[in-house]
Amino acid sequence: METETMEKLLLMGDEAVGRAAIDAQLGGAFGYPGTPSTEIFEYLQEHSRKTKAFPALWAANEKVAFEEALGMSYAGKRAIVTMKSVGLNVAADPFICSAITGVNGGLVAAIADDPGMHSSQNEQDARYYAEFARVPCFEPANQQECYNMAREAFKFSEEHGLPVLLRLVTRIAHSRAPVNVFTPDSPRPEISLPPQDSLGWVLLPGVARKRFPELLKKRAVMAEKQGAAEWNYVTRYKDAATRKKGIIACGTGYNYLMEAFDALGLRADFLKISFYPVSPTLIRNFMEGRGEILVLEDGYPFLEERLLGLAGAGPKVRGRLDGTMPTTGELNPDKVCAAVAKVFGGMPPQPYFTKPDIPERPPMLCQGCPHTDTYHALNSALAERRPARVFSDIGCYTLGALKPHEAIHSCVEMGASIGMARGAADGGLKYSVAVIGDSTFGHSGMTALLGAAAANAPVTVFILDNGTTAMTGAQKSLSTGARLDALLAGLGVSPEHVRVITPLPARHGENARVIGEELDYRGLSVIIARRECIQILGKKK
Amino acid sequence: MKKDIVLCGVGGQGILTVAVLAVSAAVKQGLNFRQSEVHGMSQRGGAVECHVRISDKDIHGDLVGRGRADCIISVEPLEALRQIEYLAKDGVIITNTEPFKNIPDYPPQERLLELYKNSGARHILVDAAALARQAGNARAQNVVMAGAAAKYLGLGEQAMLDAVTVMFAPKGAGVVELNLKAFEIGLKAASGIAVG
Repeated sequence: METETMEKLLLMGDEAVGRAAIDAQLGGAFGYPGTPSTEIFEYLQEHSRKTKAFPALWAANEKVAFEEALGMSYAGKRAIVTMKSVGLNVAADPFICSAITGVNGGLVAAIADDPGMHSSQNEQDARYYAEFARVPCFEPANQQECYNMAREAFKFSEEHGLPVLLRLVTRIAHSRAPVNVFTPDSPRPEISLPPQDSLGWVLLPGVARKRFPELLKKRAVMAEKQGAAEWNYVTRYKDAATRKKGIIACGTGYNYLMEAFDALGLRADFLKISFYPVSPTLIRNFMEGRGEILVLEDGYPFLEERLLGLAGAGPKVRGRLDGTMPTTGELNPDKVCAAVAKVFGGMPPQPYFTKPDIPERPPMLCQGCPHTDTYHALNSALAERRPARVFSDIGCYTLGALKPHEAIHSCVEMGASIGMARGAADGGLKYSVAVIGDSTFGHSGMTALLGAAAANAPVTVFILDNGTTAMTGAQKSLSTGARLDALLAGLGVSPEHVRVITPLPARHGENARVIGEELDYRGLSVIIARRECIQILGKKK
Repeated sequence: MKKDIVLCGVGGQGILTVAVLAVSAAVKQGLNFRQSEVHGMSQRGGAVECHVRISDKDIHGDLVGRGRADCIISVEPLEALRQIEYLAKDGVIITNTEPFKNIPDYPPQERLLELYKNSGARHILVDAAALARQAGNARAQNVVMAGAAAKYLGLGEQAMLDAVTVMFAPKGAGVVELNLKAFEIGLKAASGIAVG
């Protein structure tokens, strides 16, 4: 970056992305909470609260957030939309279609993947989405690169008229480091709408058929120009252990590779990748004359699969697919060091002490959590009602699957509870129960409830209204309290089967009775278990 | 100068406070650092860990490798054992002895002490609960542990005390004083405890 260093800040990767967006003269921040992406938005929200420089309000879900960001971009302003890996599944529709409309103001989708599944239900890899949509993707390896690449991504988005995906992983997102921040961009014009007669944004088939080949052409140019120089480059060492083998290191793979070199006392030529699409020429040139290529990437074997091809007689490709690296899980110094040692030789450092046989300590609901009392009452009511199953959702209450509650039987993705409970009821399950939090209900439970209400399906839906998005750190919920009550009425749930309970130990008997009554009703009931999250209560004191 | 540190405990015990104190002291001295945290579901009463790396050179990775930690600082005795594979041969464990029992099969205290004895690892056992109460608040166990670990972090006691002052200043002079006291009590106690 040509601009001068302003100051050095201590930032998490997430915060570095937020700061870059501010310095790029952001027009608006959009997002839905999800670990490990949440702190990008919270950093922006804090700035917004202090300076009123741009709007930053949580959306009901990632799809809405993306669409709001796209609208901001349409109006000519720079927009960022933040979400976790699986959030992009929800926003996939606008994301993929926005590659065809293109953008006006720079649009950056900051997607935080969670390889290793610290706080997620899978370890999906956002690079596939970027490729699927045919949009460019930056993958920073450290917090400084988070800042630099996010700054660049806004410019890049405008230069090419495309949304840009910025892929983070947990270890970058949630690790703090000193970050140099640079001179902010100059202020941007108020608004610059596309001409009213421009049909580019109207994705009628006839329009899309014209725009898609243009997108593919841009992609080829990007791969060869930008992808080959600044962000993806080859490092050759004079004292390389061998020229017959090389390494391709993506994102965090680069960090652990540098450490493996030191630990093993060797050097080898490597190609660092931080930008996709990768230039095929760059890769071919790097592979030339080499018999083996080790691929280090966090997440799926995205590049590795592409290198392998099916018909090629190129170098032997080593990585997750041939067993050189474990097939799943996040990268770490140990795995990378072991893989480099397998390919280049050397003795990786080993653990010296052995972990004794000690009990696990899984996460659990807090002392005094309202969900505990709800589950206790639900378990009592279901004790004599069989067969019964409880379909749950994403939030703290998913911990109800574990001891001592053992109260739920499924958790799939945001909003799955209500649809699954209805499907199972239609399939003949007598007591079919859904459990969903107030924020998740607003995210994607409402649409399923609309259908269940229209059919008066024999399902008992619990909405655990603790007034917040608790698991990700207590962000504001849009569908709590009086608004939630109004929503239920509006969706057509029969008022006499909307029951409100206060989940408290002292109310256990009464709550179990109310739940029993609604379980016995052969139509749709909604039970709102309403009591504030004790984390929030603690903070208010 | 290079220190790889693994901090651990149970979600809610304040291990990030210890991490921030170490990092603030390091930054004051112009050192590089990485501080890796895990958020989200794992915070809820489960085992948590945080890797802190400090060096006067560039640091590439955010994580400490197994067998490479200079010290493990734990606010809970069972949790240090969970992380023991990270400890270097000549590394040291500095742990609180006060158990946090939120699981049904928590081992008895004698068993824990036996595990430490048999581990072969250098360790310092600190009764941070008693020391925190002595400082005026049982919740300050994490700051007691920061004090107890100060000597092994090599970041200078004054730099860490300054970090305590800065960190708790927004909460008022009383809280600053309490935590300075907790830190100092931890520091003093550790120097009087034999390395096991």
